[in-house]
Amino acid sequence: MAAELQKIVLAGADDRDLTRLAEYEAIGGYRALQKARALAPSAVIDELNASELRGRGGAFFATGRKWSFVPKPDQNPNPHYLVVNADESEPGSFKDNEIMARVPHRFLEGCLITAHAVESKSVFIYIRGEYTGPYEVLVAALEELHARPDLRGEVTIVLHRGAGAYICGEETALLESLEGKRGQPRTKPPFPAIQGLYASPTVVNNVETLATVPPIVELGGAEYAKLGVENSRGTRVVSISGHVANGGNYEIPNGMSLRGLIYDLGGGIPNGRELKAVIPGGSSTAILRGDEIDVGYDFDSLLGLNTAMGSAGVVAIDDRCCMVQLGIRVSEFYEHESCGKCTPCREGTRWMTQILRRLEAGEAIQGELDLLLDVCDRINGKCLCPLGETAAVAVASYVDKFRPEFQRHVDEGGCPFGDSSPLDHVMAPVAQHTHSPTATVPA
Amino acid sequence: MSARSLRDEIQEVAAQYPQSRSAMLPALRLAQEGHGGWLPPEAFREVGEALGLTPAYCKSVASFYDMFHLKPVGRHLVEVCTNVSCALVGAQQVLEGFQRELGVGAGETTEDGEVTLRTIECLGGCGWATIVAIDEHYRTHVSPDDVPGIVQELRRGS
Repeated sequence: MAAELQKIVLAGADDRDLTRLAEYEAIGGYRALQKARALAPSAVIDELNASELRGRGGAFFATGRKWSFVPKPDQNPNPHYLVVNADESEPGSFKDNEIMARVPHRFLEGCLITAHAVESKSVFIYIRGEYTGPYEVLVAALEELHARPDLRGEVTIVLHRGAGAYICGEETALLESLEGKRGQPRTKPPFPAIQGLYASPTVVNNVETLATVPPIVELGGAEYAKLGVENSRGTRVVSISGHVANGGNYEIPNGMSLRGLIYDLGGGIPNGRELKAVIPGGSSTAILRGDEIDVGYDFDSLLGLNTAMGSAGVVAIDDRCCMVQLGIRVSEFYEHESCGKCTPCREGTRWMTQILRRLEAGEAIQGELDLLLDVCDRINGKCLCPLGETAAVAVASYVDKFRPEFQRHVDEGGCPFGDSSPLDHVMAPVAQHTHSPTATVPA
Repeated sequence: MSARSLRDEIQEVAAQYPQSRSAMLPALRLAQEGHGGWLPPEAFREVGEALGLTPAYCKSVASFYDMFHLKPVGRHLVEVCTNVSCALVGAQQVLEGFQRELGVGAGETTEDGEVTLRTIECLGGCGWATIVAIDEHYRTHVSPDDVPGIVQELRRGS
C-alpha cells in the first residue's frame, strides 16, 4: 500500500489557523455538536459503536462500549464526569501535543459531544504539566468557547495541569491525582465508569479519541468504519522519531505498512545507516528487528508479531546502537516513574537497571542474563497497573530479538559498541537524584 | 507574594472543583511560583491552610511530582530531555554542552543562583529532538552548537 496521509483528526489544519473558533466554524466546525445534541445520548453511542473507534491512548478499548458502561442518571444520581487524559508521556509519542496545539476546537467539540452522550455536565481536562504550549492554546480556545453559550451549553470544562508524573497517564492514577493525591493507581474493579472521579460514574478518554468523535458524528459511524482495516478502523496520528530524516506526526489510515511509515513518510534512515530496530508503539511496546517492518500498522498485524500499536510512537534505531544501552535507558525511565505502590515494579525495575548496567560494564556473569529475564517474569502480571509489566516486556523483547548481542557483552567482558553508539552513557534523571538504595542485586 | 493573596488565589482555583482538595496541584504550582521556584516549609503551611489540609499531607503530594522542587532552584530552569528519541540524536552531547557552558553538572545550580540544569524524562516532542525546556517552554531541534546562544540569552534576560 502506498504511504499516503489521510487527515480526519488534523483535517484542515494545514490550510487554516484552526486554533481560532471562527476559522474552525468556517470549515463546518461545531456542526457535529449540533447534530449530536439533536440525537438521544444512546443514538450517539450507537454511532460510535458503528464507527468501531477504539481508544487512541494505548489500551485500544472500544470507545462506544466504554461510554455504554456508564450508568444512566436514574440508575446513579451522582454527577457524571468526563475526564480527558491529556497526560501524554509515553516516550516516542507526541501526537496529542500537536492535536491540542493545532485543532483545539475539534478536540473540545469532541468533549462536548461525549459529555452529551454520557449525560455529563462536567469535563476535566488533565493535561501534563510540561505541555505549556498546548495549555496556552487550550486556555485561549476555552475563552472563545466561554463567550458562546450556544455551543458550550450547560457544560463546564476545567483545564487541570499535572505536575510531572508518567504514571498519571494510567487512568486511575490520573483520577487520584485529580483528586489532589499522589498519583498511584487504584485497584480495579470498580472501573471508572462505575466509580471514577469522587466515586462517581466517569468516562476517561484520550485526546485523539475525543478529537475523532466530531468527524465520526459528521460522517456517520458506518462511513468512518470504511477507513482502515478490520479491528483497526479509521485513522491514527502516528508519531515518528529517532533515526529518521523527517520526524513528526503523520495521520494515516490504520493498516499502512510500517515500512511505508518509516521510509516514505519518515524519509528513511539518515547518514546512510541501516535500520537495526523499531519500537512500534512507544517505549512500552516490544521491539521489532529492522527486517520485521513489512507489516501493517494495525492492531491485529502487530499482535501477530507479539507487539502493539500502543500510543502510536514509532522510534527508528540505526545500526550504531547498542541494545543493552537501550535497555538501560528504557529501564531507568520506568524505575524513575514507578509510583512505588507495588513491590515487583518498584524493586524489579531497579534490579533490571542494575543487571543491565553490569552487562554493559562487562561485570555480569552468564547467569545474570537469565536472572534479568527472571526478574522481568516476576514483574509480569503481579502489579495493579501495567507500568512495571511494560518495562519488563520491552526489555525482555530486546534480549529475545538481539540475544547474540547481549551474549557478546558477557563473552567479551564489555560493550562491543562502546561510545560509537549514541546511547552510550546517557544521563537519565534517575541517575541525577540522590537515592537511599533499598536493595542491591546479590553477587 | 503575601500569604493572604496566595490564599485568595488558591481558593479561587479550588472553587472550580466539587472538592477543594482537587486544587492541590494548581495550589502547589501557585505557591512554588510565589516562593521563587521552589516549595519551602512555609509553602506547605500556606497551601494546607487554604485547602484545609495538613502541611505534611501537602508535602507528601508535592514530593510525588517531578515539577515540584523541595530544594531551592535557580532563577532559570534548563531541562534537557535524555529519553530514547532525544538520546538517539545526541541529547547527551547537548547536556554536556550545557554543563560546559554553565560550569555545573546535571541536577546542580550555578554559583550565582541563576540557572539550574537538569535532565528530564520524555517531554513529548520526540520527532523534534533534542527537546530542551527553558523555564517550561520548549526549544526544539536543539544541537550542541545552539547551547552557547541559549545560555547567553538566559544571562542577558536575567
